[in-house]
Amino acid sequence: MELNTKIPEGQLEHKWTNYKGHCRLVNPSNKRNLEIIVIGTGLAGASASATLAELGYQVKSFFFQDSPRRAHSIAAQGGINAAKNYQNDGDSVFRLFYDTIKGGDYRSREANTYRLAEVSGNIIDQCVAQGVPFAREYGGLLANRSFGGVQVQRTFYAAGQTGQQLLLGAYSALERQVAMGKVKMYARHEMVELVVIEGKARGIIARNLVTGELERHFGHAVVLASGGYGNVFYLSTNAMGSNVTASWKAHKKGAYFANPCFTQIHPTSIPISGDHQSKLTLMSESLRNDGRIWVPKKKDDPRKANEIPEEERDYYLERRYPAFGNLVPRDVASRGAKERCDAGYGVGASKQAVYLDFASAIKRYGKVQANKMQLENPDEQTIIQLGKKVVEEKYGNLFEMYEKITGENPYEVPMRIYPAIHYTMGGLWVDYELMTTVNGLFAIGECNYSDHGANRLGASALMQGLADGYFVIPYTIGNYLADEIATKPIPTDHPAFDEAEKSAAERINRLMNVKGNHSVDHFHKRLGKIMWNKCGMSRNAQGLREAIEEIRALREEFWQDVHISGGTDELNPELEKAGRVADFLELGELLAVDALQREESCGAHYREESVTEDGEAKRDDEHFCYVSAWEYKDGENSELHKEPLEFNVVHLTQRNYKK
Amino acid sequence: MNLTLKVWRQKNSADKGGFETYPVSDISEDMSFLEMFDVLNERLINEGQEPIAFDHDCREGICGMCSMYINGIAHGPLHSITTCQLHMRHFHDRETIVVEPWRARPFPVVKDLVVDRSAFDRIIEAGGYISVNTGNAVDANAIPIEKESSDLAFAAAACIGCGACVAACPNTSAMLFVSAKISQLAKLPQGGPERKTRVVNMIDQMDKEGFGSCTNIGECQAVCPKDIPITHIARANKEYLRATFAASK
Repeated sequence: MELNTKIPEGQLEHKWTNYKGHCRLVNPSNKRNLEIIVIGTGLAGASASATLAELGYQVKSFFFQDSPRRAHSIAAQGGINAAKNYQNDGDSVFRLFYDTIKGGDYRSREANTYRLAEVSGNIIDQCVAQGVPFAREYGGLLANRSFGGVQVQRTFYAAGQTGQQLLLGAYSALERQVAMGKVKMYARHEMVELVVIEGKARGIIARNLVTGELERHFGHAVVLASGGYGNVFYLSTNAMGSNVTASWKAHKKGAYFANPCFTQIHPTSIPISGDHQSKLTLMSESLRNDGRIWVPKKKDDPRKANEIPEEERDYYLERRYPAFGNLVPRDVASRGAKERCDAGYGVGASKQAVYLDFASAIKRYGKVQANKMQLENPDEQTIIQLGKKVVEEKYGNLFEMYEKITGENPYEVPMRIYPAIHYTMGGLWVDYELMTTVNGLFAIGECNYSDHGANRLGASALMQGLADGYFVIPYTIGNYLADEIATKPIPTDHPAFDEAEKSAAERINRLMNVKGNHSVDHFHKRLGKIMWNKCGMSRNAQGLREAIEEIRALREEFWQDVHISGGTDELNPELEKAGRVADFLELGELLAVDALQREESCGAHYREESVTEDGEAKRDDEHFCYVSAWEYKDGENSELHKEPLEFNVVHLTQRNYKK
Repeated sequence: MNLTLKVWRQKNSADKGGFETYPVSDISEDMSFLEMFDVLNERLINEGQEPIAFDHDCREGICGMCSMYINGIAHGPLHSITTCQLHMRHFHDRETIVVEPWRARPFPVVKDLVVDRSAFDRIIEAGGYISVNTGNAVDANAIPIEKESSDLAFAAAACIGCGACVAACPNTSAMLFVSAKISQLAKLPQGGPERKTRVVNMIDQMDKEGFGSCTNIGECQAVCPKDIPITHIARANKEYLRATFAASK
């Protein structure tokens, strides 16, 4: 199948305006008769559900948690970008677009990314109107901060809880539509099958997680907003329930999966403390502004951090990247930590961590304070005390969180940090209208691949989720549904529903009947280890080939040896996990296959075979300037389709952080 | 560490339920409370028993899903944290720990430690929003808001909807949850037009759901993982009086 991106004609800055001016509309009396299924209630799903209902469609909203407010967008800390230029520092739609394309290492589509930048300002307006309490200046206007790797201040934030506040805004808009009878909620429901009739997405099979019942739901269109697949690595900053199941079921029904190997690793997470570890907690990137990263110069140094003298410490980022030092981008900082730990210089009980040290920042701030207070010859103790106060003002809540989790006081001993899987840029392939390769099936937010290329910039995930949900899908879905106004709801006793339900039921029975000897987590942890070691921060052909073999073997073993307690007709968290892990075991292989075919380093995807002379990532635009879109073909033989990326406005350049 | 857990087991909402005792051994003090449950569940699965169902998702204290009494205290012995952020180093070897689901009539038990908190969603449906359709908004900086009010609205909006306030209240009142939302929107000019209807409708819905009345005991703020103070309840009461006695119509 030829990939049709449906990018509108015309100059980049006029494409979206042209599209909106010419797309077909559905009149209000017809909207009332059209039903839309939305999977997920994160920023993308909640904003889409609310907005589509406001427009007059009938919306059904499905989510596996007990309330739509629990979706993992809630955990986003830092902020949301928008090209408002409130700071008068030279920001513009073009600059936000350009930064996003460059940050993504030139592996995203110009037209989509431009549209994202274009609607970014509207998002902030909408959120403020809903009562989202963004941080403000004393004059009463909105505050901004700068964020990873850009030169303007365009990030809007609400302390370290921006995701929470944005999600609660979208959630309240959604609940308003529920009260008006326009949205029907299906809490504790999980989509387990997509129903396709005559080439069009027409509904889903959902499992009621409380009763175990398989339910049939019709929709004139289906919108997936089911998030990313970071949990394929087992340990990640994702929520425990975050999963790929909805996307994967869609993939198996014909939706191409794009760039699965683009997975983002965040450099500053609290390290793993043992095999019991269930998830990783992020420490904000902002800490790298003041913390210095180091490991001992001696291998396997048994001494405590404070016992290691200054001259025996290796500040390896400062050493290797004198220009950017500790502030190199996420992927570079992450690989640096891995390299040191792999070479035997790691710290802590697990030896899989590096120090993030605030001692010199405390002294530096202390001296400044002492000067301000005009203290003469203050002693070291006074300086440290004054400095700690300053650091507390800046990072107090993060230091507290660190202490809660590790039991160590980071004012006294350096923090231990290690990289963690954080976000997945890959996802379902979508065209300009955010429609997948299945007609009437749309994918929005993190579950599509569209706007971030090979690497996402900080504070851009929230922007994309809300752009898709509030401002893009409400237009593009109308263009599709305009053809469907004569389609009557298809009764759910249609053979396609029979078949989809049967397939879902069979799979559940198959899982329950393995009756093996090991828990679901046992397999998930092992999958995570393969993924992390061989498809993680740094990848090579041999490792990826091994990974593919190992994942296949593990999948085989899973289907022969997994044990699921409890029944199918009740709340059974083990069964839920089993279904999700079974899908991860398939996606994991595709991720490795994709990483293997992309023989270049770009953004978060680092292939050891494609590096510059001094060991930095080397992109290969001649051979790999495309989106890889995978078509499902019975398991192990996915077919690659390439969407060539054309850059008409920006020029491709190699990133450099040394000078 | 070796511990004894007494955990509430209940097959479904119709089941009577009761405590079961489980010894757990080799618990590392670096584990979170829920990771300790993971270890226990893994063992139960290996022994062919049914694992304990409990709600959890983000495991970083923000989604509001985890919900347990630990030794009779909602979210356990430490202040300002959720169950998932509580670590085992705060317990001692050979301790007996009692774990129960939220006990409140409007939060019926679904299974074991899992309860149904949809009553909270219905209270928000009753008015916990500003009626503004997508596309209606004016430029964000066209509405300047005094920093103090904005900060206060943010502090109220930090509520994660976990229900600990209800669980801790001897009256099973939901006033801390409800007042935090009322307070947030009352402090912002955008909330002005619906200020009176909102407070009346939300409190009516709270009553309909079967939550009790507030008598200013303060247990709610003591267990709130986000430190939301009961001054919001005072504000909500003021808003309610303003809306009902000083009616504009």
